[in-house]
Amino acid sequence: MSTSSGLIKKTPFYDKHVAAGAKMAEFAGYYMPIRYDGDIIEHLRVRTNVGVFDVTHMGEFYVSGDGAMEFLQKMTVNDVSKLALHQAQYSAMCKPDGGIVDDLIVYRYADKFMLVVNAANLEKDFNWLKSHCPANAKLENVSDNIALLALQGPNAMNVLQQLTTVNLSNIKFYWFDEGEVDGVHMTISRTGYTGEIGYELYFDEKYGDKIWNAVMKAGEKFNIGLAGLGARDTLRLEMKYCLYGNDIDETTHPLEAGLGWITKLKKGDFNGRDVMLKAKEKGLTRLLIGLEVEGRIPARHGYDVMKDGEKVGIITSGTFSPTLQKAIAMAYVDTRFSENGTSLTVNARGRSLSAKVIPTPFYNGNPSK
Amino acid sequence: MNFPEDLLYSTSHEWIKLNGDEATIGITEYAQSELGDIIFVETPEVGRKIQPGQPFGSIEAVKTVSDLYGPLTGEVTDVNSKLTDTPEVINSDPYGEGWIIKMKVTDASAKAQLLSVQKYKETTAH
Repeated sequence: MSTSSGLIKKTPFYDKHVAAGAKMAEFAGYYMPIRYDGDIIEHLRVRTNVGVFDVTHMGEFYVSGDGAMEFLQKMTVNDVSKLALHQAQYSAMCKPDGGIVDDLIVYRYADKFMLVVNAANLEKDFNWLKSHCPANAKLENVSDNIALLALQGPNAMNVLQQLTTVNLSNIKFYWFDEGEVDGVHMTISRTGYTGEIGYELYFDEKYGDKIWNAVMKAGEKFNIGLAGLGARDTLRLEMKYCLYGNDIDETTHPLEAGLGWITKLKKGDFNGRDVMLKAKEKGLTRLLIGLEVEGRIPARHGYDVMKDGEKVGIITSGTFSPTLQKAIAMAYVDTRFSENGTSLTVNARGRSLSAKVIPTPFYNGNPSK
Repeated sequence: MNFPEDLLYSTSHEWIKLNGDEATIGITEYAQSELGDIIFVETPEVGRKIQPGQPFGSIEAVKTVSDLYGPLTGEVTDVNSKLTDTPEVINSDPYGEGWIIKMKVTDASAKAQLLSVQKYKETTAH
């Protein structure tokens, strides 16, 4: 790690990670835990029990004021007007050419919206929003004050319910509540990046120690454990959730990324809409699809996807799925070869791997049940 | 972390156990911990020529892929067959059950580029 340590931030849980023996690495300007006791064991912990992630590096912005709704309608692809109080929505911000600036979650509070953005894009997103922000809307970056812990897995509710009087079973998937957990006021959001039932807790970072200790203690009887960014990546991949910088970026638009379900072309004007309407009318030239790869070698980001000796696509993410015990990947492929069942090959550093387009998500999780 | 005293080390994180003109090669505890869970090892055939600094195989972990580099000049005499079905022995026992190849050394001149345990520890301490 050659970066000057003075520039890398620590989350309020840094000492906890180190004490737990985490392999730490710089990620998006923070020292983050990559793994504790192993990528696979942490992955399976979340699938079968409950795991705790520190995702404090994520960015949080508040948007308030009379013009907030209209501003966000223009900046994001999903329909913000559909959000009820305490509802959240997965969305994306696009440039006028349709390229994705970032994917994000929009939360509706009584007096404001909260946008949760990718850590690596935080500054870019803030500047992008700021440069479009009308006088009747207020944009604030509150990232440095907010700690974010995610409890994910079938036992997440059992652990968290011990610490709060908020009835967690009333919070449906992609809804949230505001209440106390171990006496600390916070946002309790029924969201996650794993495909399991889970909660994301947004709270004042000064209570970091207190909440961490309370969660770990409440989780003792369930054998709660930690999970790092490594497991987070394989968990999201099994669900075909996009990772910004891998699967989506400023050269991809939401429709080809399979994000048509969040792109509300009929809601009125928004950045990128014209380009996407045209693309839809002409027919998409490529699609982000799921591949099953033969053997144990993962197809990785940047490997070429081939059909009859010709390049027809590129791998955006891939791994050996710990749950499914097979190699899986996401790839942009020429629409002509995007049908389920299509046989393709992947060029893995000179070795040709057989692959097949399969339906996604790869893992049949149901985080909304 | 454990770095046995009787081994030599490469800057690319292989360990080398020399016994006359036979060398056993694996990856270090540091290397396996950086890679994380190992899911596949691409190993060379017996008889394959090994050259210092040249890749002779690769290790696929959940998160990443990394090449294996030859430490000395020679020829592969044995490959750890356990790695086919249980590549994770490299994680659990990198200096024992997790050895990767044995080779007959025909030219040991590249030994000068290999590191003692003390020198190797310095490269991992940051």
